[in-house]
Amino acid sequence: MISDNLPALQVVLPLIAAPLCLIIHRPKLVWLFALFICLISLGISIELLSAVINTGPISYEMGDWAPPWGIEYRVDKISGFVLLIVSMIGAVVMLYAGKSIEHEIAPHKQTLFYSAYLLCLTGLLGIVITGDAFNIFVFLEISSLSTYTLVSLGKDRRALTAAFQYLIMGTLGATFILIGIGLMYMMTGTLNILDLAQRIPEVLETRTIRAAFAFLTVGICLKLALFPLHLWLPNSYAYAPSSASAFLSATATKVAIYVLLRFVFTIFGVTFAFEIMPMGTVLMLMAIPAILIGSTVAIFQQNIKRMLAYSSVAQIGYMILGISFASVTGLTSGILHLFNHALMKGGLFLALGGIAYHMGAARIEHFKGLGQIMPWTMAAIVVGGLSLIGVPLTVGFISKWYLVLAALEQGYWPIAVVVLVGSLLAVIYMWKLVEAAYFNNVEPSEVVVKEAPLQLLIPTWLLIGASIYFGINTDLTIGVAQQAAEMLMGAGQ
Amino acid sequence: MGILVVTGLSIVFIRDLFAVVILFGIYSLVSASFFVNLDAVDVALTEAAVGAGISTVLMLGTLALTSRREKKSSHGSTLPLMVVVVTGGALIYATLDMPYFSDPSDPIHHHVAPRYIQQSGEEIGVPNIVTSVLGSYRGFDTLGETVVIFAAGLGVLSLLGRFGKRPEIALPSPSMSHHLILRVIAKALIPLILLYGLYIQFHGDYGPGGGFQAGVIFAAAIILYAIIFSTESAQKVISPFVIHLLMSAGVLLFAGVGVVTMLLGGNFLGYNVLAHDPVHGQHYGILLIELGVGITVTSVMLSIFFDFSDRKRIRSIEEQ
Repeated sequence: MISDNLPALQVVLPLIAAPLCLIIHRPKLVWLFALFICLISLGISIELLSAVINTGPISYEMGDWAPPWGIEYRVDKISGFVLLIVSMIGAVVMLYAGKSIEHEIAPHKQTLFYSAYLLCLTGLLGIVITGDAFNIFVFLEISSLSTYTLVSLGKDRRALTAAFQYLIMGTLGATFILIGIGLMYMMTGTLNILDLAQRIPEVLETRTIRAAFAFLTVGICLKLALFPLHLWLPNSYAYAPSSASAFLSATATKVAIYVLLRFVFTIFGVTFAFEIMPMGTVLMLMAIPAILIGSTVAIFQQNIKRMLAYSSVAQIGYMILGISFASVTGLTSGILHLFNHALMKGGLFLALGGIAYHMGAARIEHFKGLGQIMPWTMAAIVVGGLSLIGVPLTVGFISKWYLVLAALEQGYWPIAVVVLVGSLLAVIYMWKLVEAAYFNNVEPSEVVVKEAPLQLLIPTWLLIGASIYFGINTDLTIGVAQQAAEMLMGAGQ
Repeated sequence: MGILVVTGLSIVFIRDLFAVVILFGIYSLVSASFFVNLDAVDVALTEAAVGAGISTVLMLGTLALTSRREKKSSHGSTLPLMVVVVTGGALIYATLDMPYFSDPSDPIHHHVAPRYIQQSGEEIGVPNIVTSVLGSYRGFDTLGETVVIFAAGLGVLSLLGRFGKRPEIALPSPSMSHHLILRVIAKALIPLILLYGLYIQFHGDYGPGGGFQAGVIFAAAIILYAIIFSTESAQKVISPFVIHLLMSAGVLLFAGVGVVTMLLGGNFLGYNVLAHDPVHGQHYGILLIELGVGITVTSVMLSIFFDFSDRKRIRSIEEQ
């Protein structure tokens, strides 16, 4: 019975846990409870992904109503893969949050943080697993509202402005998505994604569907912070609590990219999006400045969390660039990078949290001599940085390799150059940290600071370690990404 | 429609925020009557209760915390104006190929909807089809919406509230109980409003209504009491702790129904298994989840209102 209901439990479990947090109330207990829930979620998503790989897509009828009348939950290779990313990061960051939140947030608000965190997890998992377009919107709202809460709980007062800015941009994005879904419903009479995919081709030529396509694309691109719609991202990530930055940077934008893939490839189909509408060109024209400008701005940041946030803008550019080729290799590189970037950026933000734990913030001047004081944390940052740059044996290399392959496959060699320049810019901003940390002597007054606590180091190294492991042993990730890419490309033909 | 446009324009141009809030209320009320014209009574009821009712009160609460005048914006308005024009243009472009309004050959009338209209009577047995769709066919969306409300309450609580912290101060909050007329009328009205809320809650199966609207109406009655008498006397009746508990309880009741259906061998929120007769099962299920929605909506609205009013009191103490 339990195994039949796994798809529902994946989302319902954290959903029920979030209000229970308010009832349990004592922060320590709440954390243990939330951690427990996150671990079960991770278990469920592993189980679901392996079931999908072995036996094919799983469909689950909410309320026992057959789709398209009821809401369908549908796990296929790509959604299973993204579910795994989200729940894995969710569990690792929750492990980290116990110590870090205790330090960063006033006691009476800690419970609220955990509750909002679980809600956010619910929302993100719900977006990925559902097979219903309107249900995506509902869960998008859950994840967005709880994200604003998470950001606003940051210690710095600027977190409030950042959260407000995010709220305005996020609401705009959500409204656009809702308009798009509404227009599609008007033309097809259905909300189920597979059903939409079947019925859209009949009405593809209408202006209403074109407008729906445009609204959806713009709305989702706002959510995934594609240049130039990224303005909400740097401040939100910079001022949110450390655990929230790590969780959001590793999951929220990834889920938005998943939604983009779903709508563009599954519903509208490759032919419509890339041949009739100029989707490929538009995405490429935004992805290239995202990479170049994002990386360049990152170099000039003094607040290192902000620097990593701008680097995220650039990394999102890589993913979108891969998708814009609309080829199997390109999509593979995009999907791979979803996973790989989640590992390295999550790990990096966690490491920064370790530094902020003692220093109160993570600005460039705090890094002086840290190579000696916090060797493990700094080592994590260096490894994560190498991965951002794309050095062989790290996950960053694998995704960039596929991206360059995809570019060359279509004869776009200038794009390969852009990827290379992006890597060089990443070398510059990461080198700033290395220089500060290893080539500066420690001033005696600062020696009081110690290595970050183990409870912070272990989760950090779990993610950083995984980013090396999956850089060497690529069978699982590349295999799944490639199959998912083939499925998406096949769906539109 | 004309009134809508005029109200919308005046909202943009008037700088007195108090007037703007009232105009928002008018805007919602006009849209509500517009929805009634379109035969969407459930939507109209929601718009009237939420848009014209509770959100006006909450916005007034915000005004009490901030200032009444709009600040001069430092940004230029060219870029936003361009975005608005482009969006509007795209929307008009989209209407060009839309099916004609109320044309019986529209795709929406031919795919999913016919089954809702023709078979919901046998499958669910609730006369109000909207309730069948909201409560059962797409019940999971409704659970999601309830969680959205919960998340909103959580957000306001984390920003303004004093969750779990004991209040250090006891300054009497402003009350209007010296106004004889207000007091007498409020006393006469509040029980009626509560009764009406209950009617909307439990009559949702047969007529327009349901948990969302009822929750808002119920909360409005208590807020009216708090405004006229005082926040403390309202909080004596229903303490913040209880409110936070109820916020969770509503969501848990809704999701709990789903868990029970899973334990009984159905899918999540598959109410058929709740009783021997599937139609009865549907009835129980819908009744329970609507109650869950009502509880969460009421308590979240109250929580937000009390957060605002407590904030006001704390600030006025700091100023002294």
